[in-house]
Amino acid sequence: MLSAGGDDARLIAGGQTLVPLMAMRLARPKRLIDIARIGELAFVRSEGDAVAIGATTRQCVLERDGLVRTHIPLLAKVMPFVGHAPIRSRGTLGGSLANADPAAEIALVAVTLGATMVCRDGGASAELPAAQFFTGPMTTALSSSACLTGVRFPVWRDARIGVGFHEVNARRSDFAFASAAAQIALDDDGACARLTLGIGAVTAVPRRLDALEQMLQGTRAEESKLREAVVAALADVEPLSDLHASAGYRRRAAASLLMRAITDAWRAAHGQVSHAR
Amino acid sequence: MHVELTVNGSTQALEVEPRMSLLDALRERLLLTGAHAGCEHGVCGACTVLIDGAPIRSCLMFAVQADGYAITTIEGIAPGPGELSPIQDAFCETHGMQCGYCTPAMILTAHALLAGNPAPSRAEIVEAISANICRCTGYAQIVEAVALAAERMRGLNQPAAGRP
Repeated sequence: MLSAGGDDARLIAGGQTLVPLMAMRLARPKRLIDIARIGELAFVRSEGDAVAIGATTRQCVLERDGLVRTHIPLLAKVMPFVGHAPIRSRGTLGGSLANADPAAEIALVAVTLGATMVCRDGGASAELPAAQFFTGPMTTALSSSACLTGVRFPVWRDARIGVGFHEVNARRSDFAFASAAAQIALDDDGACARLTLGIGAVTAVPRRLDALEQMLQGTRAEESKLREAVVAALADVEPLSDLHASAGYRRRAAASLLMRAITDAWRAAHGQVSHAR
Repeated sequence: MHVELTVNGSTQALEVEPRMSLLDALRERLLLTGAHAGCEHGVCGACTVLIDGAPIRSCLMFAVQADGYAITTIEGIAPGPGELSPIQDAFCETHGMQCGYCTPAMILTAHALLAGNPAPSRAEIVEAISANICRCTGYAQIVEAVALAAERMRGLNQPAAGRP
């Protein structure tokens, strides 16, 4: 149906972004294909070293899901920040990802954790890493006839894991001006065995900070040395600039948020739970 | 398109244009005008109704997508004609409304909150109603109303104090 409809057909699931765009006449699809009730696209299940989530799984379901809480703690952490509760009642995992807003929290988690996006185009299936899925603001590698059907989030089996997430916005649950996510696993000595870090809303697509990860691996993420490392890691980032937040502001905010996220993840991994939101 | 909407316990069959929002279907076809049209793009929350007990924006859902869900509007909250629910009562008593435009949505949001959390903290109440905008900015009394309603509803099935 989608292939036959050409550029005038759009998929709709939760409709929490597409319908506002239609209301503002920024999107004028002639046909909508509602996939919200396709049962096979709504699931959360363990698949080896990953948790697979169907594209039409509603955000409010993920917010409360035990498998997500236990195995993808970073995703569980960001869910309360995704829109407001009534938006999460209808909004879906795949809808947020396919929409590719630079400020979207779920997209940040997908890139930070190195999730695998599962797509279908007609009869053909394809998989690609989250980092290649997002190609620009509101733009993905999907062709207009393709559909994101699910996502596999890698599960870390390490004994001690901590996650951290922070964002800054004008009002609670509005679009973030900058956000940062961190997941840290500890070795037997309590140092970083491995870690993954990402920033959102700062650049056109969520960005993973590989160089900073390598720098901090094996260390104890001492707060005194952290700022220098974080600032250096963000030096080559070219932030977005708009009416709400300048490039300079985004860079400074990202540095602070990243430090908080790393510190939270570190403390959580060490069993010192931070209640800061 | 044909759709069967189950609203406040009664099911009605309608023929609607595919593009008709659930909000418009409720207001214009079923004459349930308690769900209000505010921004009509999902920001203000004035159009909030419950589907299967969860608050949603009825302006962001097409009527045809609502087929089969149990929809609750403000008209379905009171226990009987001429009566008020404990939440509605509390909004009256604490003056939890000024112009009233956001009120049905605030009450439905509170209803969903208290159904899952009978003793919410102030922060949890604020978090729940953060999805609803009150342009009169009477938030303090709205929070007070939800807290009062919660307290009363918790006491509903308790023996009266002093009873042997």
